Amino acid sequence: MASTTQLPAAPEAPAFTPATPRQSSSRARRRRPNLPGGLGGWLWLAVIVLPIYYVVITSLKNQAGFFTTNPMLPPTEPTLDNYKLVLENDFARYFVNSVIVTLGTVIPALFVSFMAAYAIVRGKGRFVNWTNNLFLLGLAIPLHATIIPIYWMITRAHLYDTLLALILPSIAFAIPVSVLILSNFMRDVPNELFESMRLDGCSDWAMLWRLALPMTKPAVITVGIYNALHVWNGFLFPLILTQSPATRVLPLSLWTFQGEFSVNIPAVLASVVLATLPLLVLYIVARRQLISGLTAGFSK
Amino acid sequence: MTITSSNRRRARDAGPSGWLAAPALVFFLVFAVVPLAGVVFLSFTSWDGLREIRLEGLASWTTVLTDPVTGNALLVTAKIMFFSFIVQAPISLLLGVFTAGSQKYRAALAVLYFLPLLLSSAAVAIAFKALLDPNFGLGPGLQVPILIQDWLGNSDLVLFVVVFVIAWQFVPFHTLIYQGGVRQIPTSLYEAAEIDGAGRVRQFLNITLPQLKYTIITSSTLMVVGSLAYFDLIFVLTGGGPGYSTRLLPLHMYLTGFKANDMGAASALGVILIVIGLGLALLLQRLGGKNRNDSQLEGA
Repeated sequence: MASTTQLPAAPEAPAFTPATPRQSSSRARRRRPNLPGGLGGWLWLAVIVLPIYYVVITSLKNQAGFFTTNPMLPPTEPTLDNYKLVLENDFARYFVNSVIVTLGTVIPALFVSFMAAYAIVRGKGRFVNWTNNLFLLGLAIPLHATIIPIYWMITRAHLYDTLLALILPSIAFAIPVSVLILSNFMRDVPNELFESMRLDGCSDWAMLWRLALPMTKPAVITVGIYNALHVWNGFLFPLILTQSPATRVLPLSLWTFQGEFSVNIPAVLASVVLATLPLLVLYIVARRQLISGLTAGFSK
Repeated sequence: MTITSSNRRRARDAGPSGWLAAPALVFFLVFAVVPLAGVVFLSFTSWDGLREIRLEGLASWTTVLTDPVTGNALLVTAKIMFFSFIVQAPISLLLGVFTAGSQKYRAALAVLYFLPLLLSSAAVAIAFKALLDPNFGLGPGLQVPILIQDWLGNSDLVLFVVVFVIAWQFVPFHTLIYQGGVRQIPTSLYEAAEIDGAGRVRQFLNITLPQLKYTIITSSTLMVVGSLAYFDLIFVLTGGGPGYSTRLLPLHMYLTGFKANDMGAASALGVILIVIGLGLALLLQRLGGKNRNDSQLEGA
């Protein structure tokens, strides 16, 4: 299977792996193969793969084929017409909107969270502690319960139906978890390194970018991916804060497309495949980074 | 920690760089803390989303608390939370142990297991809507009579269908967390058990499970608190129906605010959501014993 091989082209190949290298010998001791385990494993594979298989083959059927062939059999005459229809319905614009919102959220969120993590780890005093506790509290609160005041604020600021309306609250929502994970990793940077730089007369600003950033780069990438995935797949903010096709992002476009073409199931499923394609490509070329980004610091 | 050398310097430049936390703090205050206060304020008002906001005292609260739909939404939320935990936790744990093994086929299976992580909730919901269709979906495709059901139209079944789809989407994430946890268990423990003649099941019960204590707490917390955010999936999959059978709290809040245009009542529901989320998070942390951050460091 092509996707099982890690392509060597990924530039961050030796990056962050949460696993310890100790396990190689641990499994050598297993003499008998684990039959129930293996069986369960294959069974779960069927559970995961069957829906994906169904989506892909159905997206290649024409409408007549969809109604007449067995739903679980591949099409007799595969067609890409459904994909053409989706692409002709402004898919590119929604894709670009998603990219803008994702980058527009993740880069500022990383920037401010990284500075905050540095302040929390290196700094002292009530202000820093209070800030840290506030972010920790933010982790425990289902922030989505605040959509109504956010809607009010966005309409009041005349930002309704703009991409900025999606970006601003998304940055705020990304901050607590980013700060938590980044500060966890920054604590592992040896204090002596900071001390010696300070003796050389470096400012906090310089230490932040010349020492802390290089030392925690894998964590920064991880947190960036984690946030990017959440924003990329986010649905609630686009649903309540945007309206027109000009500001539509991909997940919302799937929903509206489904509403417009509800009778054309193959086309609807083609839109699902197309919307997933960018992440699939990322999964194939940089699986390790993507996976570590998914769990972020949770499995550290 | 090097205390000796840094203490003196620390005293001099006490609290460096606190201002570095300011940008993140401002963002979080404006787009998370203010809305948090706003949702409490709005719950005492009457607002249709367009016109002036009017203070109404406890009117919204009376509406919400006497409305049987609220009680039903709480019940649906509790059911979904309970069943998705019961389904997801054991499967994720076992799959995590399974995929942590070094056998080649397990690594290959794991690559496919994680595919659902690439799909947005909207995409998952749309895919399953088509897949569960009684005429053109999985059931008639496999020609298994029991699978040919009106899954999403039957109010007795739909809750379990929703739980299944949630599991399909989120088990991979928790599998990853468990996989990371299992890989951190020192091999020496298994080697010692092997010498004592402990079998696979004994090893799992006496080593793997206790060693995964903090992973279990992390994953369970995310699972339980996360069920309060299953908005988009259920919104697209069932819209809360049929009837009110899958209208869980976040969805009830959205529909009350943005479809019934009663932002006051929706805000009261938001407050309830926040209180429940915060309560659960604190409860689970209490159950877990001490601070998770400490435990992670000592395990490393």
